[in-house]
Amino acid sequence: MSKPRFVRVAETGRAPVRFRLDGSEISGLEGDSVLTAVLTNAGHVRISEFSAGARAGFCLMGACQDCWMWTDEGDRLRACTTPVKAGLALRTTPPETGTWPTTRS
Amino acid sequence: MADHKVVIVGAGPAGMRAAETLVRAGLRPMVVDEQPASGGQIYRRPPSGFKRAAKALYGTEAAKAEALHRCFDALADRIDYRPDTTVWGLKDDRLFLQNGGAVEEVRFGRLILATGATDRLLPVPGWTLPGVYTLGAAQIALKAQGVAIGAPVVFLGSGPLLFLVASQYVRAGVKVAAVLDTSRFIDQARALPWLLARPAFLARGIGLQNALRRAGVPIHDGVRPEEILGGAEGVVGLRWRDRRGRSRETAASAIGLGWHLRSEIQLAELAGCEMAFDPLMRQWRPVADPLGRSSRGNVYLAGDGARICGADDAEIAGRLAASAVLEDMGLTPDRSSMRALLRRHARMKRFAEGIWRAFPWPADVCAAAADETILCRCEEVTTGDFRRTIAETDAPELNRAKAICRVGMGRCQGRYCSLAAAEIMASKNNFQIAKAGRLRPQAPIKPLPSAVRSSTAPDQPLRSQRTPSPELG
Repeated sequence: MSKPRFVRVAETGRAPVRFRLDGSEISGLEGDSVLTAVLTNAGHVRISEFSAGARAGFCLMGACQDCWMWTDEGDRLRACTTPVKAGLALRTTPPETGTWPTTRS
Repeated sequence: MADHKVVIVGAGPAGMRAAETLVRAGLRPMVVDEQPASGGQIYRRPPSGFKRAAKALYGTEAAKAEALHRCFDALADRIDYRPDTTVWGLKDDRLFLQNGGAVEEVRFGRLILATGATDRLLPVPGWTLPGVYTLGAAQIALKAQGVAIGAPVVFLGSGPLLFLVASQYVRAGVKVAAVLDTSRFIDQARALPWLLARPAFLARGIGLQNALRRAGVPIHDGVRPEEILGGAEGVVGLRWRDRRGRSRETAASAIGLGWHLRSEIQLAELAGCEMAFDPLMRQWRPVADPLGRSSRGNVYLAGDGARICGADDAEIAGRLAASAVLEDMGLTPDRSSMRALLRRHARMKRFAEGIWRAFPWPADVCAAAADETILCRCEEVTTGDFRRTIAETDAPELNRAKAICRVGMGRCQGRYCSLAAAEIMASKNNFQIAKAGRLRPQAPIKPLPSAVRSSTAPDQPLRSQRTPSPELG
């Protein structure tokens, strides 16, 4: 997992929430968005379909759609507008190759 | 399908005041808002369980934020409030809503669009690297989540948000490596006659810059971005040119970018409202009368979604649009307060004009963007690909170019590239920017979950069907 990106500077007294990212168990805090919970642990949320470039969201207001992630079950969610929940199993890459179109081999 | 007399889209300052005004006149409007709580982006509320006081969240605007939140909360049982709900389409007098996996079609008698704005961006080499965020994003991270986008951070761009966000980060104890403004001090000096329409607000803006200087934050004006530096691990710094043309580098783990705001006009477009190019804002906006009536009889516009004038004016515009609704329904709005509101509205508009002059959009940066620079973040189309498309196909305007090279066709639907693309097209073809036109929005204007995606075009009946396909067609 790459170096954490977001830095907590306030509101750190909330209860922890355990979830999984790419198979590893990590934790965020209650009230975190998925984006906050992931990026206080890791450096990105997804890999671009058009290059190998990592992406970590951009607008945080549900406008740019740059922070959509996968779950182990194959669902997709917009990380900046989805609250993190205990037990979520998130992925930065598609769960099965072949299911999602990509221009990368 | 439910029938609603008046529907308000957006629960920011404009939508909240519009709702209040309608409720006072005895109506029960529906208020649809994408966020889980009212307030819009400017007065956004943190999730429950967060403890910072309003003063810490909203600074000098705390009293306004608290008053608005109290006002809207008090309306709860007198409005049909739909939080967490996206309006993804509009056709004739029907709105298409989505909440989680559920979709709904709502017929409106009259519609107030208070859709707000997003940051306005332009392409900077390296702007797709992890760690690059909009200024609005940087502020939302801090306000709504108690996190910084990274540290140390550089803020680059122009507009009122640049200094506000930077000073909020400094107050939160985050190291701000530099604040880099593409506008020049002379732009601000020349804008004074307009900015003096609101002396107290102007003084507050100057105070922010002084506070940053006292905190030891380097501030530079008249800069030009050169490249955001970094690699697989994300941002490591920024190379930029100072006012004298010297190339400089500043190390940073995060960059906040933004050039004031752009209106969210997709729904107004889908409603068929007449649009006009505003040469001062250098963007299109829906045509409206002073109260907010659009060219379409039963559609009204208020707040930054109609014209970027800021939060204080959005409250006024929301009240005025609701007053217009009442007037057009044959009800009697409070005419003396309308006159007072219109006077304040005019003063706010004058001040907003000053802001556009003080912090101009650096169109030259778009026009001069290197061919390798990614223009469309979503589909990673370069500025060079876009220029070649224009040259080889004689694409006369943005929609044609989009169809050929996909600039503006991706996830964000052109929100973050189309204004810069228009500048690049205008400069390449050497014509007036308005001639480049604007991207036609398509429903869904925001992605729908795959569970509701199929067969939900506005002309077809809604039905739920699960298909494993990407969120955008």
